[in-house]
Amino acid sequence: MKNDKLIIGGHEFRSRFILGSGKYSLNLIEAAIRDAGAEIITLAVRRANTREQESILDYIPEGITLLPNTSGARNAEEAVRIARLARELGCGDFVKIEIMRDSKYLLPDNQETVKATEILADEGFVVMPYMYPDLNTARDLVNAGAASVMPLAAPIGSNKGLATREFIQILIDEIDLPIIVDAGIGRPSQACEAMEMGAAAIMANTALATAGDLSLMASAFRQAIEAGRNAYLAGLGRVLTRGAAASDPLTGFLRD
Amino acid sequence: MDNQFFVDSAHLSPEALEKKHRLENDPSFRENHMEYLPGMEKIESDVCARVMEQMASYDYTVYTAKDVKAALEHGVCSVEDFKALLSPAAEPFLEQMAQRAREETGRHFGNTVYLFTPLYIANYCENYCVYCGFNCYNHIQRMKLTAEQIEREMQVIADSGMEEILILTGESRSQSSVEYIGEACRLARKYFRMVGLEIYPVNTEEYRYLHECGADYVTVFQETYDTDRYEQLHLAGHKRVWPYRFDAQERALMGGMRGVACSALLGLADFRKDALASALHVYYLQRKYPHAEMSLSCPRLRPIINNETINPLDVHERQLCQILCAYRIFLPFVGITVSSRESAAFRNGIVRIAATKVSAGVSTGIGDHESKYSGKETDGVQGDEQFEIADNRSLDRMYRDIAGEGLQPVLNDYLYV
Repeated sequence: MKNDKLIIGGHEFRSRFILGSGKYSLNLIEAAIRDAGAEIITLAVRRANTREQESILDYIPEGITLLPNTSGARNAEEAVRIARLARELGCGDFVKIEIMRDSKYLLPDNQETVKATEILADEGFVVMPYMYPDLNTARDLVNAGAASVMPLAAPIGSNKGLATREFIQILIDEIDLPIIVDAGIGRPSQACEAMEMGAAAIMANTALATAGDLSLMASAFRQAIEAGRNAYLAGLGRVLTRGAAASDPLTGFLRD
Repeated sequence: MDNQFFVDSAHLSPEALEKKHRLENDPSFRENHMEYLPGMEKIESDVCARVMEQMASYDYTVYTAKDVKAALEHGVCSVEDFKALLSPAAEPFLEQMAQRAREETGRHFGNTVYLFTPLYIANYCENYCVYCGFNCYNHIQRMKLTAEQIEREMQVIADSGMEEILILTGESRSQSSVEYIGEACRLARKYFRMVGLEIYPVNTEEYRYLHECGADYVTVFQETYDTDRYEQLHLAGHKRVWPYRFDAQERALMGGMRGVACSALLGLADFRKDALASALHVYYLQRKYPHAEMSLSCPRLRPIINNETINPLDVHERQLCQILCAYRIFLPFVGITVSSRESAAFRNGIVRIAATKVSAGVSTGIGDHESKYSGKETDGVQGDEQFEIADNRSLDRMYRDIAGEGLQPVLNDYLYV
């Protein structure tokens, strides 16, 4: 398993846990790196250029990849502007596209996301779009030049787990890019399940941020993600839906 | 006991006094408060009708402990549940409400608390709102900052570390024109990351202009959603027109503003009904403009210059806390602002439960930031304040106090795009 790498836009990562940006806390970033093993940390650009004493940018250790997101964008044009600003701020070439036209559930706008992906991929960004798990959109994102596809598991911050399980499975089965499950993962067991399904990585924030013991929860996520990944690589044993397997096959009478 | 709002100033001429008394005592002398004045834009909207229908039929005495318990058990709080949480039957459940509210706040906002400060640039006013320190019959030091003075005030505030500013004026189109306010917004964009406005309601195109000047949030307090009570409190001026004020947030959104805030001024009328209407105003607006960022404030009446006796009547801290918990449970995604009208102790407590935004380094006077922030006397004239504040903590102090509550103070979470 040592050679099992997560590859996004040609960049290699050992960790399959990505810290989301939702809840702002430096303790959280520290725990995510130290205990969850995160190598990618999301950063909301709208909070980056601040004069606050404890700016996140100053805090990110070397070797950690910053993933600026476009939260606050309401359409493709705004997302593109925020991504360019992130690059100017020195956040690198990675960008997570988040476009929301809904302030209540913060659900992503798939159409605008495809448009923004196309523009930013053309400009050389490593584009990681957050999306509602829809196969047609995912294919459009591939064609637009996305480096991964990030379907939501449940409404952001809801900790409701894999509410969109079946649709994420379709993306995993049909799309040749890393499928990174984002938003809604509330427990390590849910992260583990998504990894068993074949997800390439998990992005979470609230599940850690709202835990009683940040550090312990961060390491629980690391273990769960590793366990799920190993189970996927090992090939899950068959799952019996009903009763026991017949020891005498029904077709045992066939002679030639 | 009701508030006694009418105060006569010895500085008024006999003619002015006579007019004032007539406005106060003779309803037929007052304009129709439901009729638009020339120049006021009328928009097509059903938001007002929906809010008013719910408010009119709200009888909070029918709710029982059982309704409140059910409301607290439901995963999603319905309008009916919200009505139960605002009712007197919910008062014994305040602690449980606070627990649930804290959970919702944490889920949607984490442990963050945003900080901002208001900047009053003028206190001229053409309205006679009987409870307000700026009202046109109140004898106070009036003032309007020049562009140069505005910039100086902004520098002082920005130097304190503040990144978000809320620009306020008294309600006088002639003294504080839309262009004057637009100029203030342009200056503010140089010093601050986020610029909000709390000014007299304007038309859609004027909101668009102000947005282009750099403002992105509009706060309008409806004062009270009880139109009859509104009529008795806002006796003259443009502000007297209740429906034009109600639609202000919608016009602001139509004009391109990113977010809007609603509120009643608690203590003017039946606070349970006003709290219901404030939240429903946000609720229906959000359904119609799902992209907009919505927030609620919760100001209570405060004493003013020349009337120390004004108070929020039956809206004590417990009631205010109940309202804020109910807001949070019903609308978990909206911002809730608690201003310096409330004490430091209340604000320290409520940021742990429901509030997501508090002001710091506050002055409600005009042109006095330099003297207040530095503690030095300055030679310039200063305009009097709109109301007395109860929490005068500086930004530094507030920052430390919030961090001391185990929360993360945030100066900016915003990008003007």
